[in-house]
Amino acid sequence: MAATIKISVKLKGSIADVKSLMLHPMETGSRIDPDTGNAVPPHHITQLVFTNNSKQVMVANFSTAVSKNPYFGFSFEGAKAGDTLKVVWVDNTGASDEIETQLA
Amino acid sequence: MQRTRRLIIKGGVALLALTALPRALIAAAWPQKTFALTTASEALKEYLGTDVTTPSDKIDMKVPEIAENGAVVPVTIKTSLENVESISIVVEHNPRPMAANFEIPPGTLPKISCRIKMGETSDVMAVVKTRTGVYSIAKEVKVTIGGCGG
Repeated sequence: MAATIKISVKLKGSIADVKSLMLHPMETGSRIDPDTGNAVPPHHITQLVFTNNSKQVMVANFSTAVSKNPYFGFSFEGAKAGDTLKVVWVDNTGASDEIETQLA
Repeated sequence: MQRTRRLIIKGGVALLALTALPRALIAAAWPQKTFALTTASEALKEYLGTDVTTPSDKIDMKVPEIAENGAVVPVTIKTSLENVESISIVVEHNPRPMAANFEIPPGTLPKISCRIKMGETSDVMAVVKTRTGVYSIAKEVKVTIGGCGG
């Protein structure tokens, strides 16, 4: 797994700059499929959670208004080389994916 | 007597630990209701308990003045306000205005960037909840639909 998440972290002293990119259709549920004429059912990431070692550093709650293949960036303090940063997303169908990366 | 008191204290501590544990292990629930509401005011009331926000120049929001593609509008929000607990992005004219919100624990910098969808030209509001209040800044983003730039 983890084929749907790309992450890059830059350490500046004790501050970690995190950039992440998820592969996800982020369907709103109101788009009409041009072939069938039916609405495409909603399919979108609901939560994106970042945990550094055991400390939760970010919870992002997404609606359908977040763009397809979401990009998300943030920074946190108290990071050091060797820390393990874990990213997990969950979508409205219950599917999820996760990735772990070592800070360097 | 002393023994029972110890027992009660121990029991209490154990109970506290039990109730606190799941909270630490799993993230807070996804705020489904706030994302379903159709006005900015209702969505803010549902998520933050109030739709009254204090305009603040300590919030810096970067959005394009003109978005040629409403499907991908980059938004960066940062603030010098202290003790920030959450940041929300609200697009007033979207069918469901609450686009995303971010829970900021202590130690995480109050600065986020992401990309959102906009159905039409609208004010985009960054709402920052701190320990002491709710602050906001709003900027208009013009969405050109079907245009080829301009």
